[in-house]
Amino acid sequence: MSAYSVTEPSKASKWAAGLLVALYTIITLLPLVWIISTSFKTGPDSISYPPKVVFEPSLEGYVNLFTTRTRIAAEDFAALPPPETWYDRIVRDQGMVIAGQSRFGERFMNSVIIGFGSTFLSIFLGTLAAYAFSRFRVPLKDDLLFFILSTRMMPPIAVAIPIYLMYRELGLSDTHLGMILLYTAVNISLAVWLLKGFIDEIPREYEEAALIDGYTRFQAFRKVVLPQAATGIASTAIFCLIFAWNEYAFAVLLTSGNAQTAPPFIPTIIGVGGQDWPAVAAGATLFLLPVMIFTILLRKHLLRGITFGAVRK
Amino acid sequence: MAEIVIRNLRKEFGAFTAVQGSTFTIRDGEFFMLLGPSGCGKTTTLRMIAGLELPTSGQILIDGEDVSQKPASQRDIAMVFQMFALYPHMNVRKNIAYPLVSQGVPRAEVQRKVAEVARILRIDHLLDKGVGGLSGGDRQRVALGRAIVRNPKAFMMDEPLGALDAEFREIMAEELRALHDRMHATTVYVTHDQLEAMQMGDKIVVMNHGVVEQFGTPQDIYDHPATLFVADFIGSPAMNFLRFEGSAPAGAATVTLGDTPIALPELREAASGSLVLGVRPEHVALSDSAPLRARIEAVEYLGTTQIVTLSTPQGTIKARTPSTLPARPGDLTGLVLNASRLSLFDATTGRAFRTAANAGVNHG
Repeated sequence: MSAYSVTEPSKASKWAAGLLVALYTIITLLPLVWIISTSFKTGPDSISYPPKVVFEPSLEGYVNLFTTRTRIAAEDFAALPPPETWYDRIVRDQGMVIAGQSRFGERFMNSVIIGFGSTFLSIFLGTLAAYAFSRFRVPLKDDLLFFILSTRMMPPIAVAIPIYLMYRELGLSDTHLGMILLYTAVNISLAVWLLKGFIDEIPREYEEAALIDGYTRFQAFRKVVLPQAATGIASTAIFCLIFAWNEYAFAVLLTSGNAQTAPPFIPTIIGVGGQDWPAVAAGATLFLLPVMIFTILLRKHLLRGITFGAVRK
Repeated sequence: MAEIVIRNLRKEFGAFTAVQGSTFTIRDGEFFMLLGPSGCGKTTTLRMIAGLELPTSGQILIDGEDVSQKPASQRDIAMVFQMFALYPHMNVRKNIAYPLVSQGVPRAEVQRKVAEVARILRIDHLLDKGVGGLSGGDRQRVALGRAIVRNPKAFMMDEPLGALDAEFREIMAEELRALHDRMHATTVYVTHDQLEAMQMGDKIVVMNHGVVEQFGTPQDIYDHPATLFVADFIGSPAMNFLRFEGSAPAGAATVTLGDTPIALPELREAASGSLVLGVRPEHVALSDSAPLRARIEAVEYLGTTQIVTLSTPQGTIKARTPSTLPARPGDLTGLVLNASRLSLFDATTGRAFRTAANAGVNHG
């Protein structure tokens, strides 16, 4: 008779668990794989039926994403000199010529500026506010914290019209600053609450030791509290960035030309004779990358951040 | 090094008064204990001296300078925390060097001082280790190193041995005292352990409910407690209290307990009403012929001595007698109290009456 172990799961249950995780991973990743593979298809391949799983990869989607193209008369097309670059050739193969740059690069940069800008601002203000709430005797502390949280209780889009009108009056419509402030306003409650939890966990004695060692309150905050809170800051930053990066509704409503971010732009990529699916997929793929890289870079902190407090250090 | 003077120090947190009107002086080079049960205000007092809390009123003078409202960073004081509070993201060397870095000490000087301190504390082999993996005793040494490296005016220690195992505590208590004897640094030490306070302190302040109950040398406090609280808090087993109604004029040298006259040091003031006679267990002797009768209830053998628990009409008494002395539960015997070592308290105020013995002792 073999001893029954409570700590070591049986081989069969390990296999079952592994299989379940693998299955779940496939289901989760399938849309991503489909988007990424579509981005490397040609236009006809992308809409062929039955769908092609094996295909000849092409950069057509990416070239179309970054360019605007035009059809010219057949005799003019025939009279053109041979294409000078690889992307010229890809466009020519579709029977068109490059007319100019698309606005994707610009929209993408807007997303970067607004997404990272508002994340930075949320974390900067959030850390200071969380520190104050955690360490000082703030009058009406509980009410203020509840007030901060309450800004999160209504779906932000419910106040879309007032914000639209307010932004028009203030001249913040379709500006980078306006979008940064808006996303910061939405994120700051999350940031304050999450960070307060993290800072509460840092023993005060560390700062007190620094104060006694001859540092000012702010130096103690910067040199002792901040390094200790790095985990919390990193995970909060990821949450803030994901929201600001993916936000669609306000971006559609408040931006059009100057400060439009990538989410409202990508679906508007229209090809000749219907939606240009490879270009849309290419846009989506590129759009995924920054958050993915940011998350991978900070994933060690993120994991620790999520389980923070659950495990004794 | 410095003398620290505390004058009418008071601290309120909202409606709660943590410390009310403390006054005492810590002389230059003294190892000074703040002793009391938890919540008595001893840590708040220490934190006010260190500058981590600002007093509601009153004064703190360090070397004659009023620092009451100055931030901690400007007081030139070092502190050892109960949980050590070593900076977890720095190694041992950086932890010890950190107070010097804040003063802008040149790097070579920092290295030299850190090395010197590490040698004194015998932690030179740990300098490049992280603080996470250190044993309790070594963490304590690093915390001490961080405190002494700067040559501050005074050291604050908040139950520095509280987080250590019993075994380490013993060793570190000795090391702390040896370090103090070598450096003669004014040290303020918070503890709730009366043995630790007696063992290490030059002077002790006993606090309770934010009030200084007594202030003096360990001997004074042990032999002549100023209040019932101090008498009960210091010593193990605690002082015996015999409660009775009676009166005695100033100049009297006996009180009557039941029908038995008990000699005690000459009273310097009149006592009457509900009184409490205090006697330490070691000042109770058993004698079959003594008029104060008692019955032996239990005997605890402690090696060279034994604790004999006796019941008397005035309550239960514990006596510390040589273990060679025969004592069997159930036996009737008599008690002899060492007259020169008795204290008489007022049961309502808890205060000790002035006698010939405690005349020179500071009351709180």
